[in-house]
Amino acid sequence: MTEVAYIDRPSRALYFYAILYLGFLYIPVLFLPMFSFNDNIYIAFPLKGFTTKWYVEMFNNQPMWAALNNSLNVACVSAAIATLLGLFGAKAVTRYRIPGEKLIIFVIMLPMVVPYIIMGVALLILVTRLGFDLSLYTVTMAHVLISVPFAMATLIARFEGFDQALEEASADLGASPLSTFWRVTLPLVFPGVLASFLLCFTISFDEFIMAYFLAGTDPTLPIFIWSQLRFPFRLPGVLALGSLILVVSFVVVFISQWLRRYRVEKTQPGI
Amino acid sequence: MNETTIEVSALAPSPTSWGRRLYAWYLRSDALKGFALLSPTLLVMGLTMLIPFGIMVTISFWAQIGFEFDTTFTLANYVEAVEQPLYQGLLLRSLAISGTCAVVTVLLSYPMAYYVAFHVHKHKMTWIILMTVPFFTSYLLRVFAWKVILGYNGVINSGLKGLGLIEEPLAFLLYSPTAVVITLAHAWAAFAILPIYISLEKIDRSLLEAATDLGDGPVKRFLGVTLPLSMPGVIAATLMIFIPTVGDYVTPTLVGGPDGLMIANLIQAQFGLVNNWPMGAALAIDMMVVVAAISLLYIWLTRKITEKIA
Repeated sequence: MTEVAYIDRPSRALYFYAILYLGFLYIPVLFLPMFSFNDNIYIAFPLKGFTTKWYVEMFNNQPMWAALNNSLNVACVSAAIATLLGLFGAKAVTRYRIPGEKLIIFVIMLPMVVPYIIMGVALLILVTRLGFDLSLYTVTMAHVLISVPFAMATLIARFEGFDQALEEASADLGASPLSTFWRVTLPLVFPGVLASFLLCFTISFDEFIMAYFLAGTDPTLPIFIWSQLRFPFRLPGVLALGSLILVVSFVVVFISQWLRRYRVEKTQPGI
Repeated sequence: MNETTIEVSALAPSPTSWGRRLYAWYLRSDALKGFALLSPTLLVMGLTMLIPFGIMVTISFWAQIGFEFDTTFTLANYVEAVEQPLYQGLLLRSLAISGTCAVVTVLLSYPMAYYVAFHVHKHKMTWIILMTVPFFTSYLLRVFAWKVILGYNGVINSGLKGLGLIEEPLAFLLYSPTAVVITLAHAWAAFAILPIYISLEKIDRSLLEAATDLGDGPVKRFLGVTLPLSMPGVIAATLMIFIPTVGDYVTPTLVGGPDGLMIANLIQAQFGLVNNWPMGAALAIDMMVVVAAISLLYIWLTRKITEKIA
């Protein structure tokens, strides 16, 4: 058992590399909050002094609030629909033997690897050919499409994680399929449902490429930010807004990831 | 599946209407119940992905006349996409940028994934979450962060100037293909780490012990056991970065400059300023076909090579 320790042998070099790597991941993003408190219209060193005026400026920006409202609506609705579809889909592929299951899962997971611009353009053509106006509804539709794979993946893992015998026991004891679902399945998969909703919410909230093609006159928040990036004097305001978004989405994603991996045995249903 | 048998037997003695028989058949058939549950999801995917894609293919064979389409079948868009040097140049550059980015990101991420898979024992979940969280924060803002860092008066230039290391800002940092590669490598890092990590985590540790017992040194063991077994993760990571980044237009627009523009910028322009949708559709399909061909070739090649070695 001496050489087996290979796996456990701590490697200083690798540890050092891992810290550097995390630095590469996080430090660039941290410049945004840093400069958002800098009392200078130009984003450059040296730092001039502490100010919160960019936050105040953002706070008084009416179009920003409208865009934020649009984004929250789109994200909530698309996340709810995607999670519901993911719930049906995950239950189907984990509980029933379906012919062609691999092909079906492949099709559902496809949006993960198709460039967003392709799907955005294709939806744009469909919507205009049908004669519909571009609106927040079309953006919502697009966001459901790209969120479903993530919802499915999250929920399939959850469905695979608990004992199917619990559902069978419920049926044996005379519960109808609906009440089995409501009182056994749903409480068991609930952390997955919540994780899926939060994940889909953040995906939609941040999505720009498809929204840019599909939004009509009402912008979502990323579209609003994009429009601000053209004006140098707007950049500090974008930094302030961006910092707030970063903080909120870090918290939301952290919760969703934690829920996703929250162990099944810790959540026996309190029926 | 006890519920099924109970209900079916309850129904069976009364051989009445077709509806009931159908219902009984439905209850007996696992596949049908599965499909019924799947149908809303499949319907939505069909409506928002497969049908739009079909229409896009159709339109790519049309022509744009002012604000109308000429619906007579033509291959002109594809001929132009292939023959026009500008279009071909942009496509090649996009493939080069995305390919470089995929390779760089995978090479940088492999040791990280390896570290977490083999050397982290406590708080593994925390490490995984730490690696994934930045990926789900605003893409636009992460790209913008690099503009702030690489810019003419950005973090690097103003920092170096402040330290007295340079007189004039380094102009080559921003607005170049290199800037696009760096930014994309940062933005897509999580897509490289996770697949590699999962494939490393799956490796049966006793295989490593066996290799050690048979006298393999660390290097030989890595090349002979760990690396080949983690290849599926490496392949998945490469493709999950390569394929979507080819179609990115945010990064090239913000940090690419004229020399860093990519094919997606052109496609976007066809649906915007240029207003030639059939051409845009043809370019998008051209891009997809080339990307799919390269990906399949890559999967085939790596499989051949792994087989040869193993």
